[in-house]
Amino acid sequence: MDFITLVSLLRMELLLTAGLVVLLIYKIFYEGARDKMAGWFTVSVLLGTFLCGIFLPAEGGYFGGMFITGSLAGMEKSILSLGSVFIILFGRTWLENSRHELEFYLLILSVLLGMFFMISAGHLLMFYLGLELATLPLAALAVFDFNKSRSSEAGVKLILNSAFSSALLLFGASLVYGGSGTLYFPELNSAITFPASRGSSFLLLAGFSFLFTGFAFKISAVPFHLWTADVYEGAPVPVTAFLSVISKGAALFVFVAVLYRVFPLYSETWSLVTGLMGALTMVIGNLFAMRQGNLKRFLAFSSITQVGFLLVGVASASQLGHAAVLYFMLIYLFSNLGAFAVVSVIADKTGKETLSDYRGLYKTNPMLALALLVALFSLAGIPPTAGFFGKLFLLNSGASSGMIYLVIFACMNMVVSLYYYLRVVKAMFVDTSDDPIPHFNSGLPVKIVLACSVLGIILLGFFGGLFDYFTSLTFGLQ
Amino acid sequence: MEGYSYIIWILILPLLTFLVTGLGSRKISPTLAGIIGTTSMGICALLSIYTAGSYFGYYSNGVYPSLKVFDLPWLSFTENLSIHLGMVLDPISVMMLVVVTLVSFMVHLYSIGYLHGESRGGVYFSYLSLFSFSMLGLVVSTNLFQMYIFWELVGVSSFLLIGYYFTKPSAVAASKKAFIVTRFADFGFLVGILIMGYVGGSFEFDAIISRLTNPESPEFLTATGAGFLGISLLTWSLVLIFMGGAGKSAMFPLHIWLPDAMEGPTPVSALIHAATMVVAGVFLVARLFPVFFQVPVALDLVAWVGALSALFAAIIACTQTDIKRILAYSTMSQIGYMMFGLGVSGMGEAGLGYMGSMFHLFTHAMFKALLFLGAGAVIHYVHSNEVSDMGALRKKMPVTGLLFLLACLSISGIPPFSGFFSKEEILTAALMKNPVVYGIGLFTAGLTAFYMFRLYYLIFWHNKPYHDKPSPLPRKKEAPLTMMVPMILLGFATLVSGFFPFNNFVTSDGKPLEITFHADLSAIAIGVSLTGIALASVFYLRPGPWPDKIATALGGFFTTVYRKFYIDEIYTLVAKKFIIGTVSPVANWFDRNVVDGLMNFTGTVMGVFSDSIKVWQSGKIHGYLLWFFAGSMIVLILMFIL
Repeated sequence: MDFITLVSLLRMELLLTAGLVVLLIYKIFYEGARDKMAGWFTVSVLLGTFLCGIFLPAEGGYFGGMFITGSLAGMEKSILSLGSVFIILFGRTWLENSRHELEFYLLILSVLLGMFFMISAGHLLMFYLGLELATLPLAALAVFDFNKSRSSEAGVKLILNSAFSSALLLFGASLVYGGSGTLYFPELNSAITFPASRGSSFLLLAGFSFLFTGFAFKISAVPFHLWTADVYEGAPVPVTAFLSVISKGAALFVFVAVLYRVFPLYSETWSLVTGLMGALTMVIGNLFAMRQGNLKRFLAFSSITQVGFLLVGVASASQLGHAAVLYFMLIYLFSNLGAFAVVSVIADKTGKETLSDYRGLYKTNPMLALALLVALFSLAGIPPTAGFFGKLFLLNSGASSGMIYLVIFACMNMVVSLYYYLRVVKAMFVDTSDDPIPHFNSGLPVKIVLACSVLGIILLGFFGGLFDYFTSLTFGLQ
Repeated sequence: MEGYSYIIWILILPLLTFLVTGLGSRKISPTLAGIIGTTSMGICALLSIYTAGSYFGYYSNGVYPSLKVFDLPWLSFTENLSIHLGMVLDPISVMMLVVVTLVSFMVHLYSIGYLHGESRGGVYFSYLSLFSFSMLGLVVSTNLFQMYIFWELVGVSSFLLIGYYFTKPSAVAASKKAFIVTRFADFGFLVGILIMGYVGGSFEFDAIISRLTNPESPEFLTATGAGFLGISLLTWSLVLIFMGGAGKSAMFPLHIWLPDAMEGPTPVSALIHAATMVVAGVFLVARLFPVFFQVPVALDLVAWVGALSALFAAIIACTQTDIKRILAYSTMSQIGYMMFGLGVSGMGEAGLGYMGSMFHLFTHAMFKALLFLGAGAVIHYVHSNEVSDMGALRKKMPVTGLLFLLACLSISGIPPFSGFFSKEEILTAALMKNPVVYGIGLFTAGLTAFYMFRLYYLIFWHNKPYHDKPSPLPRKKEAPLTMMVPMILLGFATLVSGFFPFNNFVTSDGKPLEITFHADLSAIAIGVSLTGIALASVFYLRPGPWPDKIATALGGFFTTVYRKFYIDEIYTLVAKKFIIGTVSPVANWFDRNVVDGLMNFTGTVMGVFSDSIKVWQSGKIHGYLLWFFAGSMIVLILMFIL
């Protein structure tokens, strides 16, 4: 338990902290001087954590088992870092108009730091600390468009709803402690004896239910999704992207870890509830997404549907499902952020964001239209894009756990979702417009994001070894 | 295996070329695209030849091993079911690598001259690279599924190439026809693959072959035991797989797309419809040959379909007047030889047919590519495909004429040109197994010599009085150098490839095969071919009344043959009367009312629901929190109930 072990195990967290400190000092001494440098600096810090998590993941525990890390945690943290890099890159266009560019990076780094601790938590309170660290700066990010009242509304709603869910979560944690006498995950796992005696495990099960709801709120599963509509709509586009991809990803990773590692004995119960919730989420998400005329809202709502599909993998309660969730999350990151990048840059350059504005986009901005096409195909799960394989593995894991009805239901919802994804494609490629979006140069950062996401979407599908690697990382219900 | 990992570049280079020339087709000039394509294919050809040299230079226990150089899991569903992508080196895949890269290189080089001045040349070269990539991927496939993927990629790229002149309605129609007919056959192929994967428990070639050729294995027992309509599953799968192969290789009755596909640019015909894609079916049968050998019915089917296609196509070729269509039918006929060569073959010591078939595939690729490229040069010169517009070209294009004659002698089976050796082995193998097939093969050889020399005389001799009509373009001598060089190289290959000791390298079991030379059989075959040539000389060396007189004498038969036995008409009739007349209205009704009705119903229901949940989204936080709390109570209750 010396200093070297600490540095070595918390290398990714410390890297982020160092980045934060440097940014803070920079902010104090060079107020408003060269914020552009800060952007590239943040990107390089995040790329550092990304590479570190893939190639040099630490293995072990610290703080008396409150902090646990391994290759799986490293991979998850890398995925989140990569997504944040994309968001910062395509958010640059929007940030140029803001006087607080540097604060944006500071807040993003803080949120990520919180998420890292959440993922590596070995203790419920550690998890809670990480969660709060990841939530409070997010509310600040949501109000980042200071002169828009909708943005403030988004921030307020996010903080109020989060507070409520945190309260439930803490209540659940206290019940769990009452039922088992510990908050350490490994000890909790061994304290659960099911269904030995209902009486003694009553508190535990009730506590678990509240924890479960807390997670469901974070991943905005139905019926805990209502806050998302207002928050997504009011928040600036990059923040919406962050909420709908990175936040959900982090919460889902921890959700799976807690379900699979701490409460595997309840799996028969939570698998059914999760499946039910997944089915509801898909339908409601679809219903919301199909009536949106605003591209940003549309993408945000379709992300609710995607969570529904992810829950199929979670509900399968198998190692296959765990790997499929991880794999899908990575693909989803490329697809959704690629789509958000296009929508964001068009909104910033031209102020247009409704479906009718997108008519004839292919004629004026063919590259943007093609990139959006690939991203939407992947989101809709059309082969040979990676999204198809992601969904295939998710549904496959569901089917191999015997949840045939859920899988059929998910397939039906995929068909419905095709409708609204292809509606956008039709507007861009088939429809013509008298007043199309004029041609513009989207700038280097956006181009990098689009190139990466298109390449990722196409290559991930063919690079099947990755799924095997993810499978080897996951040891859910062993 | 270490040592061969460089062969991945044989796949990567064409793919990169496709991306570069395809994405940049508007920015880079066609000539530059041609140079890029030719260079990359040239490197591939050198790599392939080097691979062949080191592979065939290496023995292990007197057998050429099958080396899986790459084998990456792609989609792993369960422990048993996973789909791999890999590259395998064994005698036939190494041979095919050499054939495909060599011919593709020649065609790339030739195309630079042939397409000179075309504005869409960049697109053409990108299609050509895509095709080469797909074909190379097909021949190195380690499993049926990978092969199927590349098989379809080959189909798509051939569709694009045939329809390259997309402003010509006939080219568009031909590309669609080729695609639809081969797709139809591929449906059989896919079902066959699935059955074989099911009974064999794997898609990997080595696993399938080792399980399904061992009569003791449980897979073999299920495969041969269980049946559908009284025929075992193994037979079904082989017949269906052969259907896919017959579609791609233009075997009767799925051949109708090949003559029409001649609407594509001529170099494309040389590459796709002579040397590579059309032999994919032969390659497929050869790849699964040990399994075919277990089922005599399937093997006999291969033999008879091959022999009949050979004869059928040769008869039609005698009556056609379009230079490329004659070559197309001749291709079909020669592929028929390869098919029945496989069909009459045995394993191991008795594998003469297999070896002959592969040998013929090799020699045919060279001389048929030469014939097509020669035809391209002629067409380039006279700007017409009809033989009636040609004649007496030997003085104007002496080199092309000589090379064309060389290829004609080779395809007619005159020693010492390459076609003689390979055809000889197929015929010998046929005589040992099935005398009727031998008879058909021998007669077809005579016909081949006849129609090929008919073509040769009509182009290069046959002075026609009306030939010297004024031409819109200035008459130049011979084709440009980029077109001549590939032809000369192929001519050289035609001369020497017959002496290649193929029996030492490419055999059914990887061991060298002893072959004996039968002077009597050779004499008969040469005699038949010479008769064909003599007849052609009598009729067509100079214009004369004989051809027309015979055509008139044959009357209805001639017309039937000239109209290609009305096969196209039969297909059209079936399509019109049966599909459009009977099936389509029913399907249409079903689609309009049931499918659309279901969709509209879903849409309406979704719309109604969508409106009704709007009230949820009130924007009021206390409403949200109420739902939130209700939700957590429901979860709590569910947790306790379930």
